[in-house]
This record gives sequence, structure tokens and C-alpha cells, in this order.
Amino acid sequence: MEYILMIIGAVLVNNIILVQFLGICPFLGVSSKVNTALGMGAAVTFVMALATLVTSLLQKYVLVPLDITFLQTIVFILVIASLVQMVEIMLKKVSPSLYRALGVFLPLITTNCAVLGVAINVTQQTIIPGHGFSVIDNTLYAVAIAIGFTLAITIFAGLREQLELVEIPKGMKGVPIALITAGILAMAFMGFANLV
Amino acid sequence: MSNSKLNILTKGFFKENPTLILVLGCCPTLAVTTSVTNALGMGMATTFVLLMSNMLISALKNVIPDKVRIPSYIVIIATFVSMIDLLIQGFLPSLSASLGVFIPLIVVNCIVLGRAEAFANKNSVFDSLLDGLGMGIGFTIALTLIGAIREILGSGSIMGFQFIPAEYHILIFVLAPGAFLVFGFVMAAVRYIVNKSEEKKKQKEA
Repeated sequence: MEYILMIIGAVLVNNIILVQFLGICPFLGVSSKVNTALGMGAAVTFVMALATLVTSLLQKYVLVPLDITFLQTIVFILVIASLVQMVEIMLKKVSPSLYRALGVFLPLITTNCAVLGVAINVTQQTIIPGHGFSVIDNTLYAVAIAIGFTLAITIFAGLREQLELVEIPKGMKGVPIALITAGILAMAFMGFANLV
Repeated sequence: MSNSKLNILTKGFFKENPTLILVLGCCPTLAVTTSVTNALGMGMATTFVLLMSNMLISALKNVIPDKVRIPSYIVIIATFVSMIDLLIQGFLPSLSASLGVFIPLIVVNCIVLGRAEAFANKNSVFDSLLDGLGMGIGFTIALTLIGAIREILGSGSIMGFQFIPAEYHILIFVLAPGAFLVFGFVMAAVRYIVNKSEEKKKQKEA
């Protein structure tokens, strides 16, 4: 039960884009078509789960025992950057079709603050009350957060496809109108606020 | 200071404002602008990182091999971010609490890496310093502007100084949707003004 609550909380209530403001760049950058949004969502889910797993393990068995948590930022960003690079090389070899689908998004993910943000966030808070620091909980939480990311970016891509057809004042074209649309979408997500 | 040097410094303020024109570094812009104090704190922290990383990267541009330049930049940037993170935690614990995870996230702020790649690895140390400072100030201006609008409308105060009674506060502006709406409208207004001034310049030339 507590896992279901955690997943609902991560996907809807604390949606990473619309409530926590992480990963806005891909949200604005690659959300003009529903298909690319889904591809980006899949790539982020994959990388976020893997990155949180590795960084949580490092936090638990390396940084905390050696008392060097002040190196957290440097270690985490390097791990994420090399992980993305590794995933790209492996995907190219193992599954060329999946690589063609996700390949273009992978380099973008290194500078996606959502991945580093979640990796840092899970070290600062307990995901499920009473469980303490658990690597499995953290990884599950990362997957749930990534599903929330995919949900938001896909809905938003659908809205932007419709926006293409409307006449918009000159200064508002492009990013400004997208931000205002996102504001209205965020209002809709506020409806979930007291769900958990 | 010659005209071109001044131009390097001031282009980030308005004409090439990193947030409002180039649309870089959106996450902190949306997340920390609930009040002017937070916006200023974030702006200054980012300016420090930009300034120092631009200088160091420019100084090391002939030493760093081209193939590993991006990881090297990230390590340099992460070092300065850790420094400013620990400094803020030590001296300004309340600011550190309200900015939270967004201080370490300066590492992945596209402005910093973007300036390193686009400017610092091609130009002299002094020019890079000016560029970092200008971009940092531009970022701070944008953040403070959005922060001021949100704080006045949402909590009726400026830098914690209350001047609108509580029943007239529009709570939505300090919440998530307000961030998107204010950012969108400010960006539209700035683009409108910049477009207008460029049209005028063209008319004069013609």
C-alpha cells in the first residue's frame, strides 16, 4: 500500500516538471510532437532509474562510510555523464533499433537537471516513512518520477500540436505561449495536491 | 575600456539575456523566484560559478585536449558549485534551506556549460571574465524581475517587507502555475521590446 501511495505521490502530486520544476529544458525543447515526447520520456526513465540506482549505492557504500559527502555533486554528475555515455555505446551495439529511437535524446540527458536532481533528492529525504535509506526504494521512486515526467511531457506535446494551428500574437510565439500553456497545465495538476 | 569590451559585458544584460532571450537555465528561474531574496541569492551564486569557471576554462583552453573538454568543463564547474554550496550552507543557512537542491543543480545549468563551450574556450581570460560577469548579471536581473512580480502579487511584499494586506494576496503567483505564467508573460514582453528596437534600427539603416 505504501508503495502505491509513493507512486501516486511521485507521478501526480509531486510531478517533477509541473510542481518541482526539474527538467524544464527538455520539457520546452523536445515537446513539439507526441512521438518525440514519448521517446524522450522512455530515455529519461531508463537513465534516471539506472543513475539513481548507481548513485544511491555509491552514497550508501562509498561516500557516507568514508565521510566524503561534500564530494557528492562532483561524483554524481560524473557518474551520470559516464553512465549516459556507456548506455549510448551499449545500446548502439546491443539494440540498434532502440538506439535509433532513443539515440538522439541520450546526449541531452546528461545536462537534464531532473536526473541529477532526483539523485540528490533521494539522498536528502526518506522516500517511504520508516524505511530509512533504501537503494530499492530510491530506484522505484526514480522510476515513478520518470513516469510523471513522461506523462507531463506527453500531455504538453499534445497541447503544443494544437497550438500550432492557432494564430498567436508575434511576441508570444514559441516559448512564451508554451510557458503560459504549461502554467495552465500546472493549475490542473494542483487539483491532485491533497490526493496522498 | 574600449567599446567592444563594454559590449561583451553588457550584451548579457538585455540583448542576449540568457534566460529571457536565449531560454537557458529555466529550471532555477521557475523554481527559486518565489521571493526577491531567493532570486538574488540564486543569481549571485550562479554569477560566481559563471565567472570563476569561465576564467579557469579560458586559462586552461590550450591545456585541455579537445576530446575530453566536456567532462573537464563539468569537473571544473562542479568544483566551484561545491565551493559555493558549502559557503552558503555555512554562512547563510536560511538561504540554503530555501534554495535547497537548486544550488548543487547549478552544475547542470545550461548557461554555465553553454558559455564555457560558446565563449570561454575561444577567448582571452579577461574577455571570458567580462562575459561571465555580464551573463551572470543578466541572469540575476531576469530572476529578480520575475521574483519581484511574484512576491508583490503573491505575498504582497518586497524582500520580506509587507505592504499589501493579506486579503489581497493572489496565492497562485507563489505557487507552481504562477511561475510559468509570470515567466511566460515577462519573456513575451521582453521579446516584444527587443523586436521593436531592432525594427527601428533597421528602419534607420534603410
